[in-house]
Amino acid sequence: MEDLTALVDWSRAQFALTAMYHWLFVPLTLGLSVIIGIMETIYYRTRDVKWLATTKFWMTLFGINFAVGVATGIILEFEFGTNWSNYSWFVGDIFGAPLAIEGILAFFMESTFIAVMFFGWNKVSPKFHLASTWLTALGASISALWILIANAWMQHPVGMEFEPEQMRNVMTDFWALVFSPVAVNKFIHTVLSGWCLAGVFVVGVSAWLLLKKRNVPMALRSIKVGAWVGLVGIVLTAGSGDGSAKVVSRVQPMKLAAMEGLYHGHQGQSIVAMGILNPDKTHDNAEEEFIFDISIPYGLSILANGDMNSFVPGVADLVNGISIDANGDTINTVSYAERIARGKMAQEALRKFDAARAAGDNAAMDAARAGIKENFNYFGYGYLNSVDEAIPNVPLVFYSFHIMVILGGYFMLFFVLVLFLVYKRDNVLTGNRWIQLIAIASIPLVWICSEAGWVVAEVGRQPWTIEGLLPNCAAVSAIPTTSVMVTFFIFVVVFAALLAAEIKIMLGQISRKSLNDLDKAEL
Amino acid sequence: MNVFKRIIRFYVEGFRSMTLGKTLWALILIKLFIMFAILKLFFFPNFLSSNFDNNDDRAQHVRSELSRPR
Repeated sequence: MEDLTALVDWSRAQFALTAMYHWLFVPLTLGLSVIIGIMETIYYRTRDVKWLATTKFWMTLFGINFAVGVATGIILEFEFGTNWSNYSWFVGDIFGAPLAIEGILAFFMESTFIAVMFFGWNKVSPKFHLASTWLTALGASISALWILIANAWMQHPVGMEFEPEQMRNVMTDFWALVFSPVAVNKFIHTVLSGWCLAGVFVVGVSAWLLLKKRNVPMALRSIKVGAWVGLVGIVLTAGSGDGSAKVVSRVQPMKLAAMEGLYHGHQGQSIVAMGILNPDKTHDNAEEEFIFDISIPYGLSILANGDMNSFVPGVADLVNGISIDANGDTINTVSYAERIARGKMAQEALRKFDAARAAGDNAAMDAARAGIKENFNYFGYGYLNSVDEAIPNVPLVFYSFHIMVILGGYFMLFFVLVLFLVYKRDNVLTGNRWIQLIAIASIPLVWICSEAGWVVAEVGRQPWTIEGLLPNCAAVSAIPTTSVMVTFFIFVVVFAALLAAEIKIMLGQISRKSLNDLDKAEL
Repeated sequence: MNVFKRIIRFYVEGFRSMTLGKTLWALILIKLFIMFAILKLFFFPNFLSSNFDNNDDRAQHVRSELSRPR
């Protein structure tokens, strides 16, 4: 048991490391491609070479980010096959189909038009070049779409049927997968958060140019585009976050409870704007949930259900299977103990299916198949030995969620302030060192915000690789823990070296390029 | 000149005229080499493909794993 726990923990750590590393590059690609597209569009419409210089400057940084980030996501697929083989088999073609579409359609689209973007100046018409830039941006977003559809299925499995003979899930409704409410919200939320991240990046780097008094007109032009894209991105990200919360409250209520550190829910549930969790609190004791908190009355009921008087269940309510209906009456839902029992019944039916299959008894196979189907929604709970195992790490989810929300709010104010100052006639932005330093310091913060969002999404759904159907302990391969540990540390070294290379090349380029008057260089 | 030749020339000239791009391509190639020639080959074999010969055996292995009482 201890070995299995270590194997699962190391496999999870390795996957988290790889995914978080990959995510350092993706949102910048998503957002910066749009910003470059807008800059080039302005150049195309005005034929002002200063906008061409601006476009090329940011395109270089986009290229560096793309080069270092490209293909790092493939490592995740290696890990699926090696570390998570039970999972990889169990998901069948459901996970493979979106990833294959991503590989064929989006990646090739992105790669083709990126070549035109970089090699095509003066070789293709300005119109075709502009179209290529936008198609690169579109390709990046389409690429993200298919990955996020696959991820959304893990959070909320739909459009499939379990086939015990093949021991895998078979897709029955492709469009249910694509238009799953989790997928739609996740796509909007994730892609637009990339716009915010790239906006902060552009404003921050431009602020550094202002601080060094290099290419000031170009920096101000860039700030205008970056801040507008960032503001649109963060406002729409917040809006889609509201949609996500409503979906999560319906399909992953345990995640929502963890996000809010909520153990005992109420009607008209308040939302915690800021707080310190009580580390001694568990679902089965009477301790207070918070040592300190600032809450907004009715906030969580509105966020989760759009109804200020609605009931939002906490961790303990979900575990015990208690809810309150619109009339205020207590009703019973399926408790976690019952889910575990029903999961074990589904697994017992699977064992009977296996025995019947070996004996060639078709009637017994059909009976077992019906038994599996009856309790399949709770199949994964059968691997758990206690309800405690079904509760995610509440502090990690709670603090990550609040870091994300607080920083998201900060970026909204940040963009509004930057836009106000950049359009003022007295050039406050060019002369105020403090604002420039704040903009530069915001660059790492936006990455923290973005990664925190993924921590909420992924840690919040623990212990599941596939919500309700397959926990980590069943998804993992029977491989030695030491081999996972070795590759984990190889990744630490390789990723650190690549990241250092990117930062060095990028800072070098920003510094070197900005020494010249870039506007004049294009004349 | 036919379309294929023009496309090839487009890429060749593009690669030739690169400055920073050469460093980035070197970085990409080193990364791909580490990923596919070292990590994939020596550290990340596909568990089910390398241990079982056909899909029936793979399914049977996963069925045994997932129906094992815990």
